[in-house]
Amino acid sequence: MSALEQANKLREKFGELISVPVEFRGEITVILADAERIVEVCEFAKRDLGFSYLVDICSVDNYGDDPRWTVVYHFSNFTDGVHLRLKTDVGEEKAELPTVTKVWRTADWHEREIYDMMGIRFRGHPDLRRILMWEGYPYFPLRKDFPLAGKPSEMPDVAFTNAAPLEGGPFVTIAGGKDTIAREPRVRIPETDSLETTNRVERRDDIKNLHGHSHGPGPIEKK
Amino acid sequence: MRTNTEIGYNSKVEGDVVVTRLDAALNWFRKNSLWPMPMGLACCAIELMAAGASRYDIARFGSEVMRFSPRQSDVMIVAGTVTYKMAMAVRRIYEQMPEPKWVIAMGACASTGGMYRSYAVLQGVDNIIPVDVYVAGCPPRPEALLDALIRLQSKVAKEPIMHARPHRELVAETAKPRTPKPEFIKT
Repeated sequence: MSALEQANKLREKFGELISVPVEFRGEITVILADAERIVEVCEFAKRDLGFSYLVDICSVDNYGDDPRWTVVYHFSNFTDGVHLRLKTDVGEEKAELPTVTKVWRTADWHEREIYDMMGIRFRGHPDLRRILMWEGYPYFPLRKDFPLAGKPSEMPDVAFTNAAPLEGGPFVTIAGGKDTIAREPRVRIPETDSLETTNRVERRDDIKNLHGHSHGPGPIEKK
Repeated sequence: MRTNTEIGYNSKVEGDVVVTRLDAALNWFRKNSLWPMPMGLACCAIELMAAGASRYDIARFGSEVMRFSPRQSDVMIVAGTVTYKMAMAVRRIYEQMPEPKWVIAMGACASTGGMYRSYAVLQGVDNIIPVDVYVAGCPPRPEALLDALIRLQSKVAKEPIMHARPHRELVAETAKPRTPKPEFIKT
């Protein structure tokens, strides 16, 4: 069974909860409308559609947009050799969704990494500790409003951090800027840089106008 | 006919006695058996292994004994990226090494943070421990590490150990961190 057929089966089962499948470069993506129901969708995908392997879970920070975060699940089906991508949005106030560790054990570390880097919590996770940074580090460094250089912090006898000297280097580029100055600001300080936020919001609006939603290219056209 | 004459020491003339200064002799012992503490943290450690293997053969300089114990080491070779998560462990291992001790910062990351201008990487191991020799390269070739070792040997040879040992003070002068140290790692 192809990934598109699998995605349509998900849609048959869950109806409006699952969006129309989107194809981009041969990969199928569906969007789950309610993040709270991720567990039953994943259970169905594993038990009935044969997605026995969870490749990855990752998160996107749509800074300046609401809902702020998108959590992306990548499923793999070894029998049919197909992949399926499932996205769901998580709002900033709640910043929480149910864990899928009970469906795939491997979700344990993926969810810990998202918690560590982005600060999204997974309800019911058996061991939601930081995985890359140390326990007690006060920031979530992959958020868009966290500066690349980092911030000073200190935990006696465990670790400390200082801000790295960026010294005007072209360390950050912003995709979709109108010219090179907008694309490659020398040093970006996200918390004070309103221009950057404006650019980002404008860009997301462009995508929305083009495709009807902010998740990339639109639904597959029926021939 | 004898073709190989011993210039430095002739036992027929001088007997079984060698005259030298004590600290010159001690330094000679030290510099020719600098046992490394291999602090391998990233890809530089691969070059460090190459330096220890047969082609480059760090044993030629008396440093082949890689003790994975700080108690038996003389020189810590910090080979790789020091993250903030690892920083306190590196410092603790350095403190566990007995005096006299030296440090080689191997490669761009250990020396300055290298290409990692980021929230997670210590911007040079000299922020937490005193460094004697910095090696450029990403990663440096084994020859570069051997060169650093030879430079360290010549530094060791000049240390006036019979006088007040200036290591800590000297190091505090020469290896001042570029960024202010946090309070709790005061030396």
